[in-house]
Amino acid sequence: MDKTLDLKYTYTEKKDTRSGFGDGLLEAGRRNPNVVGLCADLIGSLKMGAFQKEFPERFFQVGIAEANMIGLAAGMTIGGKIPFTGTFANFSTGRVYDQIRQSVAYSDKNVKICASHAGLTLGEDGATHQILEDVGMMKMLPHMTVINPCDYNQTKAATMAIAEFEGPVYLRFGRPSWPIFTPADQKFEIGKAWHMIEGTDVTIFATGHLVWEAVVAEAMLREEGISAEVINIHTIKPLDEAAILASVKKTGCAVSAEEHQLNGGLGDSIAQTLIRNNPAPLEYVGVNDSFGESGTPTELMEKYGLNAENIVKAAKKAIARK
Amino acid sequence: MEKQPLAQLTKISSQVRRDILRMVHAVQSGHPGASLGCTEFFVALYFNQMKHDSNFNMNGSNEDLFFLSNGHISPVWYSVLARSGYFSADELKTFRKLNSRLQGHPATEENLPGIRIASGSLGQGLSAAIGAAQVKKINQDDRLVYVLMGDGEQQEGQVWEACMYAAHHKVDNLIATIDFNRQQIDGPTKDVMDLKDLKVKWEAFGWEVIETLKGNDMEAVLEGLEKAKSLTGKGKPVLNLLHTEMGYGVDFMVGTHKWHGIAPSDEQLENALGQLEETLGDY
Repeated sequence: MDKTLDLKYTYTEKKDTRSGFGDGLLEAGRRNPNVVGLCADLIGSLKMGAFQKEFPERFFQVGIAEANMIGLAAGMTIGGKIPFTGTFANFSTGRVYDQIRQSVAYSDKNVKICASHAGLTLGEDGATHQILEDVGMMKMLPHMTVINPCDYNQTKAATMAIAEFEGPVYLRFGRPSWPIFTPADQKFEIGKAWHMIEGTDVTIFATGHLVWEAVVAEAMLREEGISAEVINIHTIKPLDEAAILASVKKTGCAVSAEEHQLNGGLGDSIAQTLIRNNPAPLEYVGVNDSFGESGTPTELMEKYGLNAENIVKAAKKAIARK
Repeated sequence: MEKQPLAQLTKISSQVRRDILRMVHAVQSGHPGASLGCTEFFVALYFNQMKHDSNFNMNGSNEDLFFLSNGHISPVWYSVLARSGYFSADELKTFRKLNSRLQGHPATEENLPGIRIASGSLGQGLSAAIGAAQVKKINQDDRLVYVLMGDGEQQEGQVWEACMYAAHHKVDNLIATIDFNRQQIDGPTKDVMDLKDLKVKWEAFGWEVIETLKGNDMEAVLEGLEKAKSLTGKGKPVLNLLHTEMGYGVDFMVGTHKWHGIAPSDEQLENALGQLEETLGDY
């Protein structure tokens, strides 16, 4: 399908976003001697091995003890370090919510909580590991910045950007091999939405892996004579409300697309923004109050409706409600 | 701050106890029991043992650092911080009141000098202290990190995650202390959740463990802290099992969990203050 569509962004290579994190961390470590890494027995999965090898004195194996890892990281900021913690998204958030809340967010510590295997696309491991609530939990915390980049290049750029940013950050990425469709030399601006495709009939606000699906959906809609605007919301908090409102003012309706529960996700944040400023039809693409299950990433995205076809349907529905 | 001699430390302790009782009484809330029980320990640390700068800097480079994990005993910490110059003792009267920097449990949100991380939800302070201690090593800063935990707090799983980690990573610039008063909110620890032999447990995890049997005797507290210090730098983290009595210093409060988290009445305050000399002037 991708091949026959006239896509505004294309790719020649696929790679996992977690590798973008691993490579970004290595680069951040080279640029700033205060960057330190911590991992809870998932160095390979988090792609932290290169950092560990190059900076063994700045890397800490924590074992399977995520609560301790968050506390250690908070303590390491005292003395000027910039700790990056690494484990799966489930163990980075739900398992350690109180530790993050008290020792990191409330204490406003410069900890970067880096979470791989987020969402359904972790695949066969099933629902115990497929967290779909993490963005909601993290965005509720005062002081916390929440970022969900869309591909390898954006994840690498985001990882380097958060090292330069002062304050707690939740960085969410994933396991599957995914198209690399954003430029390697992009400047990552925290909190600044990226207008990827201009359009007039509907705005698609997408985050994480769903940005690629939104790019595909735009081409599918264009074939049917519908002009869709695609905006990459890599930073869910703080939300670029000005960009959202300006776009919806032009298009009059919107779709949100994310690999997350509808409750508490990006769509909720956009709905709040619209309802307070410019009520307009908004359709959601996300997981509707259910857990995931085992399967391949593609099968799961299809079964739970997290793909371009469903974004197209949602866009048409939003337009019809105008 | 210069090292204060024993006689002066005892005097300061009396004033700190008055501060604790008056703070808690004023808002009719807070935790006097273990605050009173840990008074000698706090006074010994801040007025004799630690090298620290009351001109507060969050990073605390080239200073000894202290973390309070059992944040509910904030009254004793606030009093000691104020009396050692971090902020005016007059500010103690704002404890637990609206718009105060002296929150019910210690916090950094209001930028109170002396506090480096929030605590209150139990089990988290040891992890933070270990992180800070490891950074001192990276930064080639040879000062020590101290942390205090409650004994009931030993029921939290995170404590044991951190305990295992510190031994594995040979964090030997760290002195952890457990306020071993054998009481928690619902009653004696042996009834609520028996801690069994903490010394054996911590040793089995790879720590050097010392016991301070008279945790309300200033001389014994100093001796214990000196001994703990002498054991640092030898490849193992150090635990100081500090035997204290909850409510020490006030005859009707001593030795019971009943004063864990309740405030004295007007008459009880008067009675208690009558037992404690005003040595540095009430705020």
